[in-house]
Amino acid sequence: MVDLTRRFDVLVIGGGNAALCAAISARRAGASVLVLEGAPKFYRGGNTRHTRNMRCAHDAATEILTGPYTEEEFWNDLLLVTGGQTDEELARFMIHESKDILNWIVEQGVRWQPSLGGTLSLGRTNSFFLGGGRAMLNALYRTAEELGVDILYNAEVIDLKIEDGMFLSAALKQPVNGKTEVRASTLVAASGGFEANIEWLKESWGEAADNFLIRGTPYNRGAILKLLLAKGVQEIGDPTQCHAVAIDARAPKFDGGIITRHDSVVFGIVVNKHAERFYDEGEDIWPKRYAIWGRLVAAQPDQIAYIIFDSTVVTSFMPTLFPPIAGQTIAELAGQLELDPAALEKTITEFNAAVQPGTFDHTILDDCRTEGITPQKTHWARKIETPPYLAYPVRPGITFTYLGTRVNKQARMLMKDGKPSANMFAAGEIMAGNVLGKGYAAGIGMTIGSVFGRVAGREAAKNARN
Amino acid sequence: MHGTRILEEADRLMTVCNSCRYCEGLCAVFPAMEMRRAFSDGDLNYLANLCHACGACYTDCQFSPPHEFNVNVPKTLAIARAESYAAYSWPRAFAGAFARNGLVISLIAALSVAAFIFGFAAVHDPSVLYGIHTGPGAFYKLMPHNAMALLFGLAFLYAILALVMGVRAFWRDIGEPVGMTTDGKALLQAIRDAGELRYLDGGGVGCFNEDDQPTDRRKLYHHFTFYGFALCFAATCVGTLYHYLLAREAPYAWWDLPVVLGTLGGIGLVIGPLGLLSEKRKRDRVLVDEQRMGMDTAFIVMLFLTSVTGLALLLWRETGAMGPLLALHLGVVFALFITMPYGKFVHGIYRFVALVRYARERRMMEHS
Repeated sequence: MVDLTRRFDVLVIGGGNAALCAAISARRAGASVLVLEGAPKFYRGGNTRHTRNMRCAHDAATEILTGPYTEEEFWNDLLLVTGGQTDEELARFMIHESKDILNWIVEQGVRWQPSLGGTLSLGRTNSFFLGGGRAMLNALYRTAEELGVDILYNAEVIDLKIEDGMFLSAALKQPVNGKTEVRASTLVAASGGFEANIEWLKESWGEAADNFLIRGTPYNRGAILKLLLAKGVQEIGDPTQCHAVAIDARAPKFDGGIITRHDSVVFGIVVNKHAERFYDEGEDIWPKRYAIWGRLVAAQPDQIAYIIFDSTVVTSFMPTLFPPIAGQTIAELAGQLELDPAALEKTITEFNAAVQPGTFDHTILDDCRTEGITPQKTHWARKIETPPYLAYPVRPGITFTYLGTRVNKQARMLMKDGKPSANMFAAGEIMAGNVLGKGYAAGIGMTIGSVFGRVAGREAAKNARN
Repeated sequence: MHGTRILEEADRLMTVCNSCRYCEGLCAVFPAMEMRRAFSDGDLNYLANLCHACGACYTDCQFSPPHEFNVNVPKTLAIARAESYAAYSWPRAFAGAFARNGLVISLIAALSVAAFIFGFAAVHDPSVLYGIHTGPGAFYKLMPHNAMALLFGLAFLYAILALVMGVRAFWRDIGEPVGMTTDGKALLQAIRDAGELRYLDGGGVGCFNEDDQPTDRRKLYHHFTFYGFALCFAATCVGTLYHYLLAREAPYAWWDLPVVLGTLGGIGLVIGPLGLLSEKRKRDRVLVDEQRMGMDTAFIVMLFLTSVTGLALLLWRETGAMGPLLALHLGVVFALFITMPYGKFVHGIYRFVALVRYARERRMMEHS
């Protein structure tokens, strides 16, 4: 049993990568630590459950990384995906610290493996967790428990007592024990974003948010973020933005994770519910194209779209969880999808007529393109003419939100007046907006979590001692 | 469509897993899965027999129960594996032995022991049965060597025949590419992988048994069991060679090779099975094919009885208890031999064949 009457040195709210890194680093620095995870044990860890790798800078190839990835190259990648919407000082600090995380995280029991099948493009930049994100989490929890970190599940924090930027206590609500006030000298908020809070998403997206699917657990509701922002912490990141990819429309509302995604867009065309194309399917190579399709589908009527291709390309992409919907004719396929058959036939006939001869190569921006239709398909355009015709229905799958709390290099929260908080720190998705104003690069969320989690834990422990 | 419901479920899971692949570093099953996009009955049986039931993929899986995707690979493949043993059994009429394996093995063991005891009693005067026999040929006062060799030789040959026929059925089912039998490198690799139980370690941390704390205990106990068994088998072989080549008759002195090998093996076959039984009792039920617990337990107990009766015979071979103990030991060993093709023993055979195939597939992928 955890003694909740005592005053902890460090209270960590959250239970994912950032929270556990903070808890472990605070404990290793000698602090007493309590972790409050709002989810039940099985669903612990928020989005970390569904991750698989981390992007860390390194100056030379390692056993699992195929080549060097310098700090400068990492910085340039970050600059590219965010379009400059990043705090350079914080970002460069994080990138520098990421080098040491490659080893530090192993010391916490996490194991690496070379990049997974189907992810060769990340083999140089990203280190993969052996067994995936849940294996990584399990290792961190084991280490935290061995070190004597106290952990509670189903531990919902419903209020925070904060005075003049100083954290005093948290109101904890548990299914069995009811309400308790938890006191601690410092707070580390590592409780993620609000992507599972449909009502909150609706504030920016309107009713369309009802048609969004959430890729992580239903527990990422942003309650702590909301409390902190209401109690004087400075916000950062675009509150109307979230990271969204196209995932299978047949996926569950929550927690479908990685396996519901589709990356077959380049091999066919994408139509909306009126059977009309709406964007250049051949614009860019993976992973840059990956992140745009969620937003594109979100902007279509009823937030639904259909990736349509033919039987010649079925083995060109990774096997999918849900099988493609099939029809021997375009009209039959349209019937299966409940689209207007004449409209779909017209779209595909026009598309096929516009396809120019070229040499197909999906690994580069090839010369297979259309001419004379709008929108164009600028690469990888090939006729859709070999039955059976196939389709995946897709919807926006929300990965995470960008709104967060402003922090400095100590992971210390900044208050609205610009002053650092006396004893509040933040790590992970809740402060990701500091370095990731928009866009995404694979594995960077975990880098933010581990680097700032480790820093937050260390600083909180130091703070608690003084 | 698949032949059985469990293969339907295995297909569903492999479709989930093949679109995720997070577990590919844990063992051989997932890399083998990735070489395929669709799964025939034979493919699934191959993957089921390749699985060592370390449990890591369950603990590591974000979609394991209570998640609605309900991904439980170790349990599903355990059931599929057990069903495959029955499907490959020869003659097919004996497939039913797998359904209530604990009962069948117990009955056969009891009957076999009884037959030896009654046989000894019927043939011999009590003064011989309970008499003290020492020196070379002491055992053969109770059962002539040639009779013993003939009976056990036949039982052993029958077991080999049935096992070979089973492997042949497995081979055909998994559509093994021609050439596997002549692929020496793949064979060597499989011997290494099986010998060190490479895939019973959760990808490096140990396997998962009673909870989410990895441990190496199952691997350790399995090593005791397997190498104990191997030493006992070696002891028997050396004894046979002594008898026919050197005309030296059992029982041998405690320092003689057959006794040393048998004693060491016997000790392994006590520690190993006891450990495995205890791990099995603790094992998280969510990972276990509960219907087949009897099959696993029966085999482990038979190995344990083999070693315990053998060691007892060694300890008391110069007393009046030697006759009954010999009957007991021979009864257990005879039952072990003839039930080998119809119990958990076959797991080692099919898993080894699966490992050979995996090694070969890996080599072919690397060369292509």
